[in-house]
Amino acid sequence: MHSSLWLGALIVLPLVGAMVAMIVRRRPGASYVVAVGFATLEVVVSLVVALLYSSHVTNAGTFDFVSRRVVSAPLGLAYDVALDGVSLLMVVLTALVLWLSLLGGRDRRREPAFVSWLLILTGLTMGAFVSHDVLEFFVFFELTLVPCYFIISGWGGRERSRAALKFFLYTFSASAFLLIGILYMGFAYQHQHPTSGLTFAYGALSSTAMSHPVAVWLFVGFALAFGAKAPIWPLHTWSPLTYAEAPTAGSIELSALLAKLGSYGLLRFAVGLLPAAQVSVRPYVLTLAVIGILYGSILACVAKDLKRFVAYSSLAQMSFITLGIMSGSTIGVTGAVLLMFNHGIITIGFFLIIGFLERRRSSIQIADFTGLQGPAPVMSALFTIAMLASIGLPGLSGFVSEYLILIGTFTTHAWWSAVAALGVLASAVYLLWAYQRVFHGRAEGANAQVADASGGERWVLVPVVVLIVVLGVFPKPVLDRITPSVHNFVTQVATAGAFK
Amino acid sequence: MIATLAMPSIHYLVIVPVLIFFGASLFLLIASAMWRRAVPTSFTTVVTVLAAAATLVVTYFQWRDLDHHGVTTTVAHAVVLDGFSVVATAIIAVAVALAALVAHDWARREGVRGPEYQILALASTAGAILMTQANDLIVIFLGLEILSLGLYVLVAIDRRKVESAEASLKYFILGGFASAIFIYGAALLYGATGSTNISTISYFLGSNVLLRPGLLVAGGALVLVGFAFKIAAVPFHMWSPDVYEGAPTPVTGFMASIVKVGAFAALMRVVISGLGTQLATWRPILWGLVVLTTVVGATLAVPQRNAKRLLAYSSINHAGFILIGVWAGTARGAAATLFYLATYAPTVVATFAILTVMGGLGDERHSLESYRGLARRQPWLGASLAVLLLSQLGAPLTTGFYAKYAVLAAAIDANGVALALIALLSAAIAASFYLRWTVVLYAESDDEFEATRVVVPRASAVVIGVGVVLTLLFGVWPGPLATLAQHATLYFIP
Repeated sequence: MHSSLWLGALIVLPLVGAMVAMIVRRRPGASYVVAVGFATLEVVVSLVVALLYSSHVTNAGTFDFVSRRVVSAPLGLAYDVALDGVSLLMVVLTALVLWLSLLGGRDRRREPAFVSWLLILTGLTMGAFVSHDVLEFFVFFELTLVPCYFIISGWGGRERSRAALKFFLYTFSASAFLLIGILYMGFAYQHQHPTSGLTFAYGALSSTAMSHPVAVWLFVGFALAFGAKAPIWPLHTWSPLTYAEAPTAGSIELSALLAKLGSYGLLRFAVGLLPAAQVSVRPYVLTLAVIGILYGSILACVAKDLKRFVAYSSLAQMSFITLGIMSGSTIGVTGAVLLMFNHGIITIGFFLIIGFLERRRSSIQIADFTGLQGPAPVMSALFTIAMLASIGLPGLSGFVSEYLILIGTFTTHAWWSAVAALGVLASAVYLLWAYQRVFHGRAEGANAQVADASGGERWVLVPVVVLIVVLGVFPKPVLDRITPSVHNFVTQVATAGAFK
Repeated sequence: MIATLAMPSIHYLVIVPVLIFFGASLFLLIASAMWRRAVPTSFTTVVTVLAAAATLVVTYFQWRDLDHHGVTTTVAHAVVLDGFSVVATAIIAVAVALAALVAHDWARREGVRGPEYQILALASTAGAILMTQANDLIVIFLGLEILSLGLYVLVAIDRRKVESAEASLKYFILGGFASAIFIYGAALLYGATGSTNISTISYFLGSNVLLRPGLLVAGGALVLVGFAFKIAAVPFHMWSPDVYEGAPTPVTGFMASIVKVGAFAALMRVVISGLGTQLATWRPILWGLVVLTTVVGATLAVPQRNAKRLLAYSSINHAGFILIGVWAGTARGAAATLFYLATYAPTVVATFAILTVMGGLGDERHSLESYRGLARRQPWLGASLAVLLLSQLGAPLTTGFYAKYAVLAAAIDANGVALALIALLSAAIAASFYLRWTVVLYAESDDEFEATRVVVPRASAVVIGVGVVLTLLFGVWPGPLATLAQHATLYFIP
């Protein structure tokens, strides 16, 4: 068992970075350097944690780095961290997202405040992913709204206030159901175990006995909260506006990272804590996921600007993840976890390139672009790689995860899987069509003047491309780390679900 | 015939806080009469702060006394020393000291001379503390009246302002009605139970079954209405936006903090101690009050464009949340109420301190637009207000989150899932106006409001600093305060 200080460091490092960035704010550019420095350190620490992680810790399941300290007994508040394969992958993704969005999405307007909010957001997201206490998770989950809100409303596009408010209110109201659900479970546990104090420890709550209707209601509440974040159709309506109005780094954080907080919560807390309810709710959520896949794909075809386009394609991809999570099979869940990571990386690629285009043309309308392949061949090549990975071309990362999800779902719910497979086809349609409109044809006027990706912009995308290719060809090291945890998780859920 | 008046035995430690504040008030009154020249404002402020500090020291000894001897009642069981009253007294003392500092800067800026402000504030505070300790409906009424009489005048203390006079009159007339309703309810309770003493009422109701509880229900309901008026619970809230807006801003801060603490403490005692055995009767009424208060308060705040009116509605929303703890009627509910009051009072005083500073000469710049770009011109002031607003919103890592969390936990512990959900959704509505205000703070400023820096006087800066530090400190580390609140309710008189 490794020291939990590693996880503490992951949470604290970005927060310290934010403070240092604010301290040096008077010197131009200094806070950016500080932020990049801390982000690099964060990536290094997260990789060290990934290498140290062992999935065979005695008495802790597949959890490593375990530690629990009660902060306030009357409130049932505790600092409780642990890491398993699933959260490990999310931790690495969090660090990478920060690093890449800082490098590729630099925004020079009021830079110290901007990088500080990004760092704070990263620290809080880390906290949510390593939390092993449900209340602690909720605190971090809810807190991420504040930096997000300020990033969107401070650095966004023309309709930024409306977008930020819509985003905040949507998620804030939805998480009300989560908090009430958590509290209900905590007190149910306490009433069953009068000797123990009020606790929200993951292990404790998962053993709470509940009547089936109550469990179903709780699951619905949890699914509302996480579904608004993920997003699951029909709770996605905030996302196109918000993605489109947010600054590049903000869109990346939202879609590559915070959306994963929703799916992660769905997997870990909704499915993990309410296994019996999950079985009876499963067909409905699967149906919503399939609708989301098709709906997102269709709307991605008709989206008018590139950010909305990615927003809708993300809806389709996130629905794939929901499909995998709810499939109830180890393979499906493994695929979902892997797609959470892969979709994050691919989305970073998309939003970075869109950001580069926006810098050049100050527009993200698809109609404004044509024939960029001529003046900007490297950029279009990079876009192609991200696009093909998203379509699910064998040999690139998207393929492995989508394939696993579809297989896993097919073994348990064949029909849903069959319809969802249409989504793979649809993704080829909307992605290739968008590519055709933006990059093919003859570039004229302003489009002919678009400069190709600069040296710095190319280098930022190198890690993205490398990860896309490596995880497509050789996903074994990653799969080795997540499979034991997922297997353990699915087995527990299945036994608990069947037992009740 | 010589009538002898039996003097009840008095345990002075219990009533020292009340005596301190009355004494300080009298002292200032006499001093101002004896002094040749006008009493300087700083002198009255120092006296008030010293009285508050002395009270804090006394509460420490009261707490020690509690630890050794447990709960005591004195003055013929009319006044009680229990954990709840001690902590509530301490909260009031802190809030009074902070409010006095704000008023100090305001009085200097506006040229409001004379010791009247602090004399009345001290007397009102004595009333509020008496309410937290009262174990008798008559004593609660006394406290309520002492508290209110001072406030009626305080609201109109700036005689040059017509709005203040209007607000004062409105507050006075409606407050008079509410007091009358309260005392009528108390009389009916006396008729139903044979006593005005809360412990005796509780004992009577615990050992007898009322076959015709009409009198009791009517009495309790009327008492509840009296309290609902004081805490501005919907539908008895109509006065509060007008009075909050018309009163001088430091007085508004005083009302939003100290009055709430006193009234809620007394309400808790009546509902949980006195009528606790009849909780099933009161719960539906309180349920309705909570739902109306939280939802209406949050909804009506959304269209407000005046900072003081907005905070008036916001405080209505908060009153609804605090009522949840009363609704629960459990030890956890009492602890949650106490925790909420302890965190809300400093936050709201500090918020009104910023409003006072921003109001400028004449105390008139209170439109939300005048806050545009504040955080860019004056980062510390703007960030402080942002933190205070986020705390009232209920964002984690501020005390506001744990306060809401505590009352919701109490509600769910008492099977109030629907109530908790409705209240929390009202918090989502409330979030929209807190956020809009926060964004205005960070927005680019227009030329329309000449980007003038407001001067933050030293005393107000201290208040704002203390408020923000408390909000963040106990927001990150709520343990000690939560334990104190829980500990205090263990010493709650049954």
